[in-house]
Amino acid sequence: MIDRAQVLHVARLARLELTEDEVARMSDELSDVLGNIEKIGELDLDGVPPTTHVVEVSNALRPDEVEPSLPRDVALAAAPAVADGGFLVPSPQADADPS
Amino acid sequence: MTQGANTSSDLTLLSAAAAAAAIKRGELSATELFEAYRAAAAGDELNAYLWVAEDAPAPVREGAPLAGVPLAVKDLFCTAGVPSQAGSKILEGYRPPYTASVVARLAAAGAPLLGKTNQDEFAMGSSNENSAYGPVLNPWDRTRVPGGSSGGSAAAVAAGSAPWALGTDTGGSIRQPAALCGIVGLKPTYGTVSRYGMIAFASSLDQAGPLTRDVTDAALLLKHMVAQDERDSTSIGFAGEISLPRGDSLAGIRLGVPEELSGADVGIEAGVVEAFDATLRVAESLGATVETCHLPHAPHALSAYYVLAPAEASSNLARYDGVRYGKRVEDGGLVGMYTRTRSQGFGPEVKRRIMLGTYSLSSGYYDAYYGRAQRVRTKIADDFRAAFERFDFVVTPTAPSVAFELGAISDPLSMYLNDYCTVPMSLAGIPAISIPNGLSAGLPTGFQLCGPAFSENSMLEAAYALEQALGFEAAGARIHSA
Repeated sequence: MIDRAQVLHVARLARLELTEDEVARMSDELSDVLGNIEKIGELDLDGVPPTTHVVEVSNALRPDEVEPSLPRDVALAAAPAVADGGFLVPSPQADADPS
Repeated sequence: MTQGANTSSDLTLLSAAAAAAAIKRGELSATELFEAYRAAAAGDELNAYLWVAEDAPAPVREGAPLAGVPLAVKDLFCTAGVPSQAGSKILEGYRPPYTASVVARLAAAGAPLLGKTNQDEFAMGSSNENSAYGPVLNPWDRTRVPGGSSGGSAAAVAAGSAPWALGTDTGGSIRQPAALCGIVGLKPTYGTVSRYGMIAFASSLDQAGPLTRDVTDAALLLKHMVAQDERDSTSIGFAGEISLPRGDSLAGIRLGVPEELSGADVGIEAGVVEAFDATLRVAESLGATVETCHLPHAPHALSAYYVLAPAEASSNLARYDGVRYGKRVEDGGLVGMYTRTRSQGFGPEVKRRIMLGTYSLSSGYYDAYYGRAQRVRTKIADDFRAAFERFDFVVTPTAPSVAFELGAISDPLSMYLNDYCTVPMSLAGIPAISIPNGLSAGLPTGFQLCGPAFSENSMLEAAYALEQALGFEAAGARIHSA
């Protein structure tokens, strides 16, 4: 069961702001889905290694050579705000709750 | 259907492979073909397209193997200068500065971009109802969903407004909509096709693949998709070539039918089971042996998937913060801006999965959820390995039901069950194909074959033999597009 406090905590970690309605719905729906997922708790998985990746590729490296990359103006073209050749963001000091 | 030579509807009835051959023989002009499809895509009434090319592309190079047959591409593939929004409001109007490797590769092989197809937001969904740009309608019955998340690609191919299309499959997002729209959908072995430029959902599972009218077209498109790519460190490519299938026999082929994924007792609709069983009889008549097999951990695949995929998604989608591209909603400070942007930019299902993923990765829950799910993934891959010691292919119905009505499924858990038969192969990273399997109550069903990693060629041969014997092509959904 995921209660209201847990929903709010996770939403804050995920940088999401939920309406009261969304909080209530999320609590029900996540409880439902996680309740179902918890069935994997019944399996005996002692000594079973985790799979992080299905194919055996380790350290796919290329020679460390300088190559042209996106020109700065192209990389900035889709940004909501730019200044002095960089991405412009609001000041963190202006946050009401900077956490 | 319009009668008479060379009307545009005649041109769009050709399969992609037949059209490419006709262009190479000089019997068909690539420009005319493109224009016929451009008109069909622009006139689409299924909401399958989010963008359609306005101008004819530059002529393809002499001798290009795909000869100028145009390609519809799922919205989440980045296409330079062309809207690439992944079905999300947070990327509304985003035009990327570069093109996904696989799209560039296909364009170079002679398949120019026809349009961008609608999809569930960030590929999260099984009905296309999660698109921020409205649902796609199923061409067989416009009151029903086309499946998802590659629903726009599937509907466009089924309705004949695209000769073929690219989709992506994370837990069934190519195969399930292909089944629900009566076309072919193939998810390749993880790593065979580059993910560079694919807007990420769950990186250890996402794989691009073809949605086509028949098995030959699927083989032809895949042939020009597979490649190792230095821009995708998980890409492997394909040793050798994908070849076009030509066999008509299944002599000596051993098909395993997993009890856990195939019967009415695991929640598969009676009509779907009936169509599946009928195809098993056809397979036997072609010389295959059919036996029951077991994938003991397959019933837990969905649980593992709905831990792993949202966990990866919660991390991948952290990039949408209003800084570098897409939507920004100001709120005074920086964290406020991140939060407002994400809260207004993401739809309900995407928020739900971000929440689910963030929860299962959060301190105190990691071992119980994420760690366990990764171990279940190992067991599922082991189950398949064991099955493939006795069988050439494991076969199942592709989806538990035919296309359902828009709005019919409202709770997330029931929606997730649509992926029941497709998720195990995704977790194991193995290739799988869905082919049209006849109708149930007038709607298409799909027959899924999967094989060991890199068995695409033999899988395509078997699928082709079945397709020829089933003769579904003649009843192709494109006749319903009028």
